This record gives sequence, C-alpha cells and structure tokens, in this order.
Amino acid sequence: MTGAELAARLRAGDLSAAPEVLNLVENRAPAMRAEIEALLAGVSPAALGGEAPGHVIGITGPPGAGKSTLLSALVAAWRAAGRTVAVLAVDPSSKRSGGALLGDRARIAHDPQDRGVFIRSTAAGTRLGGLAPSTPAAAGALAAAFDVVVIETVGVGQSETEVAEVADTVAVIVQPGSGDALQFLKSGIMEVPDVLVVTKADLGQVALRARRDLSAALRSLGARDTPVVAVSSLAPASGIDELVAALDAHRAGLDVAARRVAARRAGALADFAAEHGEAGLRAVGGRRSAQRLLAQQDPAADIPTLVRVLDQAARS
Amino acid sequence: MRTYAGHSTAARSNELYRSNLAKGQTGLSVAFDLPTQTGYDPDHVLARGEVGKVGVPVSHLGDMRALMAGIPLGEMNTSMTINATAAWLLALYIVAAEEQGVPAANLQGTTQNDIVKEFLARGTYAFPPEPSMRLIADMIAFTVTEVPRWNPINICSYHLQEAGATPVQEIAYALSNAIAVLDAARERVPPELMGQVFARMSFFVNAGVRFIEEHAKLRAMAILWEEIGRERYGVRDPRQLRFRYGVQVNSLGLTEQQPENNVQRIVLEALAVTLGRNARARAIQLPAWNEALGLPRPWDQQWSLRIQQVLAYETDLLEYPDIFEGSKVMDGLVGELLEGARAEMAVVAEHGGAVEAVPYMKAALVDAHRERIARIERGEQVVVGLNRFTETEPSPLAAGEDGGILTVDPSVEEEAREALARWREQRDQAAVDAALAELARVAADPSQNILPATIAAARAGATTGEWAQTLRDAFGEYRAPTGVGEATAAPVSVELDVVREQVEELSERLGRTLKILVGKPGLDGHSNGAEQIAVRARDAGMDVVYDGIRLTPAQIAKSALDEGVHVIGLSILSGSHRELIPAVMDALREAGVDVPVVVGGIIPEADVAPLKARGVAAVYTPKDFDLTRIMGDIVAIVARAHDVPVAALKA
Repeated sequence: MTGAELAARLRAGDLSAAPEVLNLVENRAPAMRAEIEALLAGVSPAALGGEAPGHVIGITGPPGAGKSTLLSALVAAWRAAGRTVAVLAVDPSSKRSGGALLGDRARIAHDPQDRGVFIRSTAAGTRLGGLAPSTPAAAGALAAAFDVVVIETVGVGQSETEVAEVADTVAVIVQPGSGDALQFLKSGIMEVPDVLVVTKADLGQVALRARRDLSAALRSLGARDTPVVAVSSLAPASGIDELVAALDAHRAGLDVAARRVAARRAGALADFAAEHGEAGLRAVGGRRSAQRLLAQQDPAADIPTLVRVLDQAARS
Repeated sequence: MRTYAGHSTAARSNELYRSNLAKGQTGLSVAFDLPTQTGYDPDHVLARGEVGKVGVPVSHLGDMRALMAGIPLGEMNTSMTINATAAWLLALYIVAAEEQGVPAANLQGTTQNDIVKEFLARGTYAFPPEPSMRLIADMIAFTVTEVPRWNPINICSYHLQEAGATPVQEIAYALSNAIAVLDAARERVPPELMGQVFARMSFFVNAGVRFIEEHAKLRAMAILWEEIGRERYGVRDPRQLRFRYGVQVNSLGLTEQQPENNVQRIVLEALAVTLGRNARARAIQLPAWNEALGLPRPWDQQWSLRIQQVLAYETDLLEYPDIFEGSKVMDGLVGELLEGARAEMAVVAEHGGAVEAVPYMKAALVDAHRERIARIERGEQVVVGLNRFTETEPSPLAAGEDGGILTVDPSVEEEAREALARWREQRDQAAVDAALAELARVAADPSQNILPATIAAARAGATTGEWAQTLRDAFGEYRAPTGVGEATAAPVSVELDVVREQVEELSERLGRTLKILVGKPGLDGHSNGAEQIAVRARDAGMDVVYDGIRLTPAQIAKSALDEGVHVIGLSILSGSHRELIPAVMDALREAGVDVPVVVGGIIPEADVAPLKARGVAAVYTPKDFDLTRIMGDIVAIVARAHDVPVAALKA
C-alpha cells in the first residue's frame, strides 16, 4: 500500500491502517522515503484543512514508577468514554548489540478484539533525546485518525525534552519517595511538565507528602497552574478520572496550532541533525540560524518539506 | 511414599488414587491442572488446551467430592501442589471432609502456597504480591487453630534452581521468602503460637548433579533455618526449629539426548539429599528419565520409585550416623555457602524483603540462567550427550509405539465444560451470589480472614473461576516482572557476532530492524526458556517484543499485527501445544498477519510434523541448547520469507 493510500485511510478515520502506517514510517530504506513523504503530505494541515484533531500526549517517567499500569487504567478510561487511543512506546536500545527489549514494560491491558486501541513499541536507536527517529512522524500521522496518541518514554531528567517538542501535553510520572523529580525540577534539569502525576497514591501519607512537595516546588518556580494529580492504579483505582480531566484541561487551554508548528520545526531540525550531524548544522550556519530559517517557513509545512529547506540551505 | 498424580477428570484421578492406595501408598499428592492453579474455570478462554493436562481440574465442590470419594480423609495425608488458589482448594477439601463426617481439626496435609516462587519462576500467580501474601498469612492464622495438623505452606526453592539459581541464591531466596511469610503471619497470629507456626513451615528443595555441593547446601539451609527461628522469632523448642524438607531432584539438568543417562543423574541427585543424616530429606520425589521428552508413563514413574527403593533397602545408606561429621571439606563448603547466602539475604533485606525484592531476584535468576546456558554453549560445563560424547547408538527406550510418553485425551476439555454448565444449572444461584458478595466484602477489608467466607462460598457451590474473579476484582490483576529487561548482555563470541552481522544485513534489506515477538500462549508459566530466547535475540541485535506469559491466541495476533513483527516465537511446556499452536495460527490468519512462527518447548517428536503441517516454520526442543544457533536459524527463516537469499547475509 502506498503512502498516499495510507494517508487517505487515516483521513477517513480507518484505524486499521495504523500497523501499516508504522511499518512505513519506521522504514529506513531510501526507496521508501518518497512514500513516507507522500503519507505525511497526505495528513499535513494542508491536506486535513487544519491541524490533526487527535490529542498527542507525552507520558514519561522513570522505570518502576508505574507507567504501564497507569496507562492500562488511562486506556480503559478513554475507551469507556468512546475515545480511540494509539500508544507509541519507546524503549532504549542496547549500545552493544543494537538490539532492544520492547514492550517488557509496556504491556497495556486491553481487549485484543478492540480496534480502537493500537500499541506499537519502538527502539529509540542511537538517537539522543529519548524518541525513536520515526516517533514524531508516527504521532503526527496517527493524530489524524485517533482521538488520543500517547508517546511513552522512559526517564526523568533529559529524555522528556524531545517528547515535549512533539506532544501537545506532557505528563511526567513520579512515584512518591523517589525525590528525583523534585531535584530535577529545582535544578532546572527537567522542564516543568504540563501535568505531574504521583503514582501509588495508595501509599497514603508518603504519596500525600510527595504531592505537597511537588506542588510547593512548582509554586516556587512560578508554575502554579501545573496540576499535580495523585493516582492509584491498584484496585480500587483512584485519580484516573481527575488525570483524564487534567490532560483535557491542558489541551483545551492550548494553542494547538502553535504547538504543532513548533513540533514540526523541532522534528525537522532533529531529523536533519541526525542525518548530517554537527557538520550539517555548521553548513546552515549553526543551530540558531537553522531555527530562524525554519521560523520563516509556511506554518503548515510538514516535516519532510522543512527538512528539504534545511538540505537546500546546507548545499547553497 | 507417594506419587504426584492427577489428570483428566476428578473421577478418573479418584480411580488412580484408590488403586495407588490399595497398593500400599500412604498419602495423596494431588496435581491440579493449570486453570485450577490460576483460578480459571474450564470455559474461560485462557483454559483452552490446558484442562486436565498437567493435573486434575477441580472447579467446584462437586469435583472435590468426586476426587476424594471413598477415600477416608480423616486418615489421609494429602499434599496439594496449589499456590495462588490454595485457600480455595483447602476450603473445598475442608467441606468435602465435613460431608464425610471428618472435622477440619483431624485433617492432615500440605498446601504448597508459596507465591513468591510463582512470581520468580513458575508463573501460576493470580493476584498482586501484597494481597497474595495476605491470603497466605490468613491461611496460616486459620489453620494453626482450626486445622492444626495442616502445613499451610511449603517454601519451594526447587523452582528457583530450575530457573537457574546458584546454590547461594537458592538458599538465600528461599529463606528470605520464608522470612517474608513468617513476618506476615506474625501480624495475624498470637505470639505464643509462633513456635507452632514456625514448626509447620516446611521446604521443598532441589538437588542437582553436583551432589557434594548440593548436600552442603542442605546442611547450610538447616543451620540458617535454626538461626532464623531462634533469633528472629524467638523459637526455643529444638523440635520446632528442625529444618524439614522434601525434595524433587533436578529436572533442568535432564537431557533429551541419550535420555537413559538421566537415570544415573537422578541416582546421584538422590544421594545429595540422603548421604548425610544431619541434612537428610524427609520425602523424595524423583523425576522420570524422560521428563525432557514429554509426560512420563506409569512405567517411567515406577522406575523412579524403584531407584528410591534400591537406595533405601539394598544399600547401607541408612545404617550410619552422619557420615560427614568432622569432615573439614564438608564444613568448609558449608561455611562458604553460609557466608554467600548471608550476604545475599542482606541484599534482599535491603530491598525491603522478599516481596519487594521480587524484581531484583528475578533479574538475578535470569542472569544466572543466562550464564549457565553460556557455559554449556562454550563447553565449559560438560553435559554428557549434549555438548560432549554426543555420538550414540539409537536408544531402544524411546522407540515404543507411543514414542515413550503419555498423552491426555483431548475430549476431556469438552467434558469439563459441559459438567461445569450442569453444575451451574443445578445449584442455588442466590446462595452463590450472596456468598460471593460476602467474599468481596471480606477481601476489601484486610483486617479480616478470607477463609470463613471462602469456605462458605465453597459450600454454596461457587466455582474456582468465580472465587478467583471475585478476588481479582478486589485485588486487581498483576503481571510479575520478567527480569529480561535487566539481563546483562551476552559476552562477545565469534558465533554471536556472525549472527549479529546477519541481523544487521537483513534489517538493512527489510528497512526496519528485525523484530521478533516472544510469548507464551496458555497458562503454562514456566517462562525460563522464553526469557532466555528473548535476551539472546536482543543480544543478536533484534528488536524483541517480549509479551511474557498467559497470552490468548487473540492477544498474540493483535500484538504481532500492531507491533509489525517479522517473526513470532512461541514457547509451551505444558503439553498443550497441540491445541494452542493451531489456535494461534488461526488467530494470526484472521488478523491478516503472515509472518513465520517458530515454536519451542517440550514437543514430542511425533507432534513436530503436524505442527509444521499447520504452518509452523521450525520447532525447537530441549536438545537445541545452542541459543545462538537458534538465532541464526530464525534469521534464515525470516530471510526466506522475504525472498532474501541467505547466502547474501554472510559477511
């Protein structure tokens, strides 16, 4: 199936196109490049008559914080509300072998007959920033058909920076008592997320204190609007509805178009840098001037178009 | 002496028990099928292919009645290999006895009830760790006063060794586990009864072929156990402090090649647990020589029993006091193990005890197992017939018409489903609903003991699946850590490098990194093999979707489709491959997934051709010990499926 055909299926809301869409955008073969570009052009703002309607949510947190269990509960809540969900889970790759164990952490409970849930795990590969090379394009494409697109990554500290560039809303998951998030927030290593989630609320006092400390830290950073939601995925689950509401509220208050334009430009720059390295960036006059160049482009331009602009600038 | 038995239906297992008792067997050892062990009724989708396979299905009081019909439960010592659903099966047993006029106080026996090792090695858990520990503590608190001759728990280090544990790990993890159980029990039992509780704790250990070290291991465990009793729980009575254990000797070391060699391995392993009187096993179960081939037949089990009888009645083994007393070598060995085990127990304690340390222990076991396999692959650990002295005459033992193994009648499952439907029709539904509602209420209140409500539900006619589902609703579902994510990368080897380059080359041609799905359909929780395959595939450079255990065919198909994998690896050890593999193939076809499927496990030779006829690309059995070679094979299979000439992949 061609990129254009897949784009047409996504535009028509055909969720069963998702596996093939991912197979295509993950394909690194040079021969596939034109097909990927056709796919992305077919779901670009120009083709859709506006930004893709899906809500792209980044969910990140350290291993063991309870992301998978939380995602299971979130997926169930979204499905119960009739919303379709795609999850793009990104795992680190082994430096030595290049292989990766995927999905070990991401088994999200769902009905296998339910086409309204799509889950793909991808290895981050060697790229820095915590995302797989295909993730920005995949998220953008799937947002044309799915109501919610979740990008799940591991880590607190640096890895969510790229998620923040791609997602409309970023939620950072922390477990009470770890203290990492607090330290990273205070030291500025971690950018302030849109929603902070404290898991294991069943731990009672510990969770309560963690929530209080995080709220205090956010206030001291002047981010008093960032909600801190305490959830427990253990039966009886709690806080899930509040979290869904907090995510929706952030999105409702967001200039989606501006965020998506910034995401596409950041994605294009990352793709370009991955392809041509520091030498390539120097050829366009450095990272800052590349960003300035991208800022002059049509806001609706898709990632491949923007990468081509940088390619041309590098050659001239 | 008794044999671990049960299969097909309650009535047929009852016949078997009664004939064994007539031959002079003094107790029962009940094997339950996997749906019963994991809390599913025979009509549940996950029960497919597993009903009556590795044991007897017991779905309700009627089944327990039929299982124990005509057997005097007041005189019987009954051992039940049951864990997650132990409280339920004990309740059914109590009610069945009550109907025979035998009060609970007169019942004798054991429920295995060791959940930590289920999370670590065996996989038949049903609930998350904390509520699981509560159920165990509830059983201890209940039995110590109501069924005082019952052993509510039997801590198993057996399965840890099967999962790759070193002797130090086996000691440390088993004893840490016992401490976690005793600590939980201490909160529910009055202090003056703790001595009794301690005395009721027994162990189920493993013995490998390095039998001198294995014997030292048991001496070390006995020393540590007494120490724990005295120091941690203030037990003073020497009889209560005695380390009581039964043993099943190692199955991991048994080979499919030249399987007759397993007989001498089993004899040596039996010596490990009997040589010195100070650490002699109270009960021994020996595996059959052909366990690595399939389900043993009665004749195979008889052979194992005879080994035991020759040791006991022909040799002078039992005539002497402890023959290692004063042995510097033995004392030194025990001292080393004690030191190592104490250090490892301290690490577990730092993690917050055995329950909190499950992810740590699991990762350590996967790693130890990985190292063991690597030593065998490199020839550093000799396994006769497997990696050395492999030339052999054809074995007449495995040449019979049945291929040397037992098979279960597939119509059993249909029978069980129909019987269950009849049971549901004739029972008082209102009484069942009320009993389950009460069970749910008690489950939600951790201060209450689950047993009385469980016994009431048993009496009312609730089913195993209904009891477990009520608790799943209250406690939540759980997936144990797989340990594969943390596994250390394989050391560099020429063979692995070759495969890695092939993977890279093929990935380049495919456009995406070669992606494999590894998982276990059905209820079989023995995941060691699947975990090792997953880790090695990663080390060979593949992207590995490890979906773990307890998958339905539909889940496998959905995962394969969504994840866009190039190949699927399935593992089954319970003997249910004949039903489950075709079901998975059908589900894949329905989902439109057309990728090669390879299967590993205990697959009898006779089943290989039918599986291939259903489209399976390759079948691997325990004789295929070289995982890197399997990886190379998988690369070739995927290459062929994409019309890439395999020769083109050679560097």
